[in-house]
Amino acid sequence: MFLKTSNAVITVVAGVGVAVAVYWILNKIAELLPGHWEDRIKPYLYILPAYAAITLYLIYPSILTFKYSFQDSTSTEWVGFDNFTKLLSSHEFQQTLINTLLWMIIVPIFTVAIGLAVAVLSDRLGPRGENVSKTLIFMPMAISMVGAATVWRFLYAYRPEGQEQIGLQNALVVLLGGKPVPWLQQDQFHLNSLLLMVMLLWAQIGFAMVLLSAAIKGVPVDTLEAARIDGAGERQIFFRVVVPQIKGTIITVFVTTLITVMKIFDIVYVMTNGNFNTNILGVEFYNQLFTNFNNGAAAAIVVMLMVAMIPIMIYQVRNFKAEEAA
Amino acid sequence: MATTTTTPAVGASEQSKTAKGPGREGNPAKAGWATRVALGVICFLWVVPTLGLFITSFRKENDANTTGWWTVFGNFGNFTTENYHEVLTNPNLDLAGAFVNSIAIALPATFIPLLIAAFASYAFAFMNFPGRDILFLTIVSLLVVPNYVSFVPILKFYGVVGLGGTFAGVWLAHIGFGMSLAIYILRNYMVTLPPSVIESAKVDGASHFQTFYRLVLPMSVPALASFAIFQFLWVWNDLFVALVFIGPGENAPMTVAIKNNLLSQQGAGWNLVTAGGFLSMIVPLLVFLSLQRFFVRGLTAGAVKG
Repeated sequence: MFLKTSNAVITVVAGVGVAVAVYWILNKIAELLPGHWEDRIKPYLYILPAYAAITLYLIYPSILTFKYSFQDSTSTEWVGFDNFTKLLSSHEFQQTLINTLLWMIIVPIFTVAIGLAVAVLSDRLGPRGENVSKTLIFMPMAISMVGAATVWRFLYAYRPEGQEQIGLQNALVVLLGGKPVPWLQQDQFHLNSLLLMVMLLWAQIGFAMVLLSAAIKGVPVDTLEAARIDGAGERQIFFRVVVPQIKGTIITVFVTTLITVMKIFDIVYVMTNGNFNTNILGVEFYNQLFTNFNNGAAAAIVVMLMVAMIPIMIYQVRNFKAEEAA
Repeated sequence: MATTTTTPAVGASEQSKTAKGPGREGNPAKAGWATRVALGVICFLWVVPTLGLFITSFRKENDANTTGWWTVFGNFGNFTTENYHEVLTNPNLDLAGAFVNSIAIALPATFIPLLIAAFASYAFAFMNFPGRDILFLTIVSLLVVPNYVSFVPILKFYGVVGLGGTFAGVWLAHIGFGMSLAIYILRNYMVTLPPSVIESAKVDGASHFQTFYRLVLPMSVPALASFAIFQFLWVWNDLFVALVFIGPGENAPMTVAIKNNLLSQQGAGWNLVTAGGFLSMIVPLLVFLSLQRFFVRGLTAGAVKG
């Protein structure tokens, strides 16, 4: 135990030391070169280690994954589009896609809507009230989804009828005269998926609130005043004056949440492992890889996800360019 | 995200201070009782799940598994710290070991990428070279890529070289996966540093290397801190990378140990599950509460990671 901790510390020191040494050497090498070559080569030497890490861990593996998606389960023979057609024609995978799509639609919309509502409401409180309420709502963002799962599994816990309910939700249902429900197994109208989404909303809304609140505070006061003088009500002011001015932040929050949702894995994996029709792409990827040992199918799933992400990627790059130009 | 890193970082705690300024005078909409009630209800809903977990983690096994945690308000007392002792020391659960593993994984995975990224960011921010923009835009676009796009090939590679299940394997993976975000945050911060300072250093004959570690690095501490906190929490809370590259066993971090030893096993009592769950939250909550401001900044920049 002590050994592991000290190893970690030694690694930090050694790792940082090695990094410094590498840069010092790279810098020396550059200085050995004749004048104009030094200036030409140096930038590339500076970004070399970082780009090496990115290339080794993201770019090159992505290319390999693309290749694997057209090969069989052990990546030995080419199978064309077999992985894709097999997946897309299976009923279960179609359900997985539908679930993923539901996540992508529902979670970002509710994150923005509730985040905006909380930001507006807390903006009206005194400083202390605002601070406390924001911290409380923001806090779940810091904890892991595994930690959140211990919280929410307990909340959704189910005991057969007649026994005392220890899960809060079922206890309330019984209190109101209903029968206890095994919540995570209820897939009518995707109820269980919705309950899992609630977990992500719980964790994400604080983040939306913080960004939106900052944007709302940035709205110039005279625009509000002008609207008020013209006789606009609070609701009109909000929708016609405030919202148009914070549109950029709203889109940012929406896109950011969308990206988070598309990558989601832990919530569903820990809560249901994709059973009871709650499966999503991230969990299906994991199960293809570690339960079915099917590299081809796992790779095909990521490739589909990547294709779906291309528009977002283009949007991000464009957005960044626009920001830089401004 | 581009939009958010360029705006001044505003933490939850900072905002309340500015609220007293022009915003407060300018927006005369004061909180009526409806606002207060609505926010009170929301805060209550947000806290209750965690409160239930916290209370249950101090209840006796039989109490926790047969009666609702809210019944403690009827008959107070009867609490125990035995659950924490049990999850930490029981060799089948061994969260003490997992806690150490989490630290052993998170520290190097946080600090090693920092310096590497800082150097690259310096080049992107202050040096002119052909291909600079396209290389940086590649990094921007890679922020969106889910890291499991590379799991299959890396897993195969680790199998060949024997890095599977080792700390070094996850460190390297987190360095690779965290690098684009680190460069993105640091470079975007560095370009906001006053150019005159860098220029005058150059005029005084300082080399790039000297300018970097004497000037730019110390001036970039806020951004370095943001990334460090974000990355630390990200690695600490990570389940996917740890599950794939380390898996259960003696090197498993908290997330994997809780998933496999407490949540998967039928029969682990709620008293133990809740205690384990709360243990996993202590470090991130402490980091969050003490460094909220930096955390928000890193978060808004890095929310797209994963």
